[in-house]
Amino acid sequence: MIIDLPGFIQREKKYWDELENRLQYLEEEPFAALDLQQVERFHYLYERASADLGRLGTLASEPETQRYLEALVARAYGEIHEIRGNSHRFHPLEWLFKIFPQTFRRHIAAFWLTVAITLLGCAFGGLALALDPEAKAVLMPPQLLQSPQVRVKEEESAVHDRLAGVKGAFSAFLMSHNIQVSIEAFALGATWGIGTLVILFQNGLMLGAVVVDYVLAHETPFLVGWLLPHGSFEIPAILIASQAGLVLAGALIGWRKPLSLRDRLQAILVDLVTLLAGAALMLVWAGFVESFLSQYHEPALPYPLKIAFGCVELVLLICFLGFSGRREGKNQFP
Amino acid sequence: MNQEKTNHLEIQTPEGITFSLLLAGPITRFMAWLIDLACISTILTALGTIVALLRLISADAAFAALIFGNFVIAIGYGILCEWGWRGQTLGKRLFRLRVVDEQGLKLHFSQVVIRNLFRVVDSLPIFYMVGGVVSLSSRKAQRLGDLVANTVVIRYAPVFEPDFRQLMAGKYNSFRKYPHLCAKLRKNISPVQARIVLQALLKRNDLLSEPRVELFKTIADHLRPLAKFPEEAVEGLSDEQYVRNTVDVLYNRGPLK
Repeated sequence: MIIDLPGFIQREKKYWDELENRLQYLEEEPFAALDLQQVERFHYLYERASADLGRLGTLASEPETQRYLEALVARAYGEIHEIRGNSHRFHPLEWLFKIFPQTFRRHIAAFWLTVAITLLGCAFGGLALALDPEAKAVLMPPQLLQSPQVRVKEEESAVHDRLAGVKGAFSAFLMSHNIQVSIEAFALGATWGIGTLVILFQNGLMLGAVVVDYVLAHETPFLVGWLLPHGSFEIPAILIASQAGLVLAGALIGWRKPLSLRDRLQAILVDLVTLLAGAALMLVWAGFVESFLSQYHEPALPYPLKIAFGCVELVLLICFLGFSGRREGKNQFP
Repeated sequence: MNQEKTNHLEIQTPEGITFSLLLAGPITRFMAWLIDLACISTILTALGTIVALLRLISADAAFAALIFGNFVIAIGYGILCEWGWRGQTLGKRLFRLRVVDEQGLKLHFSQVVIRNLFRVVDSLPIFYMVGGVVSLSSRKAQRLGDLVANTVVIRYAPVFEPDFRQLMAGKYNSFRKYPHLCAKLRKNISPVQARIVLQALLKRNDLLSEPRVELFKTIADHLRPLAKFPEEAVEGLSDEQYVRNTVDVLYNRGPLK
């Protein structure tokens, strides 16, 4: 049976046009609030277009009109059936002081795993260097192969500021590079977490080797004064990005979760972005500190001052991640 | 569940309506990416020019802006475009591609961010090899970023409203003198046959002369046995006019002309 297509289109077109106009409005104004009457009308138009599509699909034979209606119904379907929250504008302060720390705490187990793997890498790297000093070339990057004593002597006797005129560029380079590394650590979570764990272990290996190298050379104050001011933000930031990678891995594996892969991923997507954005923000700060503070040593900057600064940063960061937004978080579903 | 590779994404709504979206293939997506790459290069060149002016004030600040700007543009181009243009970048616009949620729902900011950040892995080792391989083996042609973000890239064709007035344009239809035969024709023709007939007529101007004559002869030969109109109704009618009259009978239920 064939329907009277021109008559059908003539009758229904005004409703399709109205639906299209409403869709355009909603697409241009994603935060628009519709009143009950508008919602009812929108729903009615969607159902009418759906019914028309059904009728056209079974009774008639006009693929172009069918495609047009399919596109219209598809757009309306996306608006009507979306139940994920997207109705709030972005509030930077609320995000920073509530959402980010709450998200971090919600996935704290993954964070502790990143800490454990990094510490394991540190122990392995430190032990390897202590037992076999010749392994230094393998464990540490080329720019750190210099003897700690020689480096400290050079840094402390430097007359000219070697970063003069390039501090901004250096900090920009550090920020970009570290954020890139964080993204990689996160994205490799797609390998069921193996890639993320390898990156963490590798970083730990290098860090452990550097620490033991300087400690054995009795240059601990220099080491702490050099690493702590920026490391107190940089290392946790990389760990948080890796935490996101492990959260992703957990969703992919889906162990003991009675949900489909799609639902498991959907449930964590916002959290992943939150963790990554938080890590990126921390790395911007770490880049500034590393360029403008960490690279200056005694006598220009006394080590106790640098170490105290690093400790204050670390304590503030721990308090922030541990307690910020805690009261509000109690009323939220996990 | 059917796990075979498909070039359509079929979505069934709770209202029982099924609609399908045409999935984009890896080659088209790669072409769109090349366009985006050219866009990013152009933006970076423009940034370089602006930064050159900034050097007059501070060379360090200019260099810092260049380094960080390069990074932010390379990462942020896809995110900003896809978020602002509802799943499209400039390359995707040119190739009529769009990123949509895997279930046809609204695309969320988190999905846009995640699928773009995953380019880091998808682009490994060169020219999106990981993404290409994953996309070729994926049922819905998804690269790794799409799989994680629950998104797909679709192709959308421009939608034109068919102009039925051009079919008859007020011309006399000799078939309409025989309403019982018109009813028989409507009864005997299948929707698939009707679709072919209508499409042939709508697209007749795209055909070359010879194939056009041949096509309409074949169609008319198929239509004639469905309802045998008397000699006086078909006398002098070309095959194309026969098909046109048939379409008018099938799709225009107005009064006799």
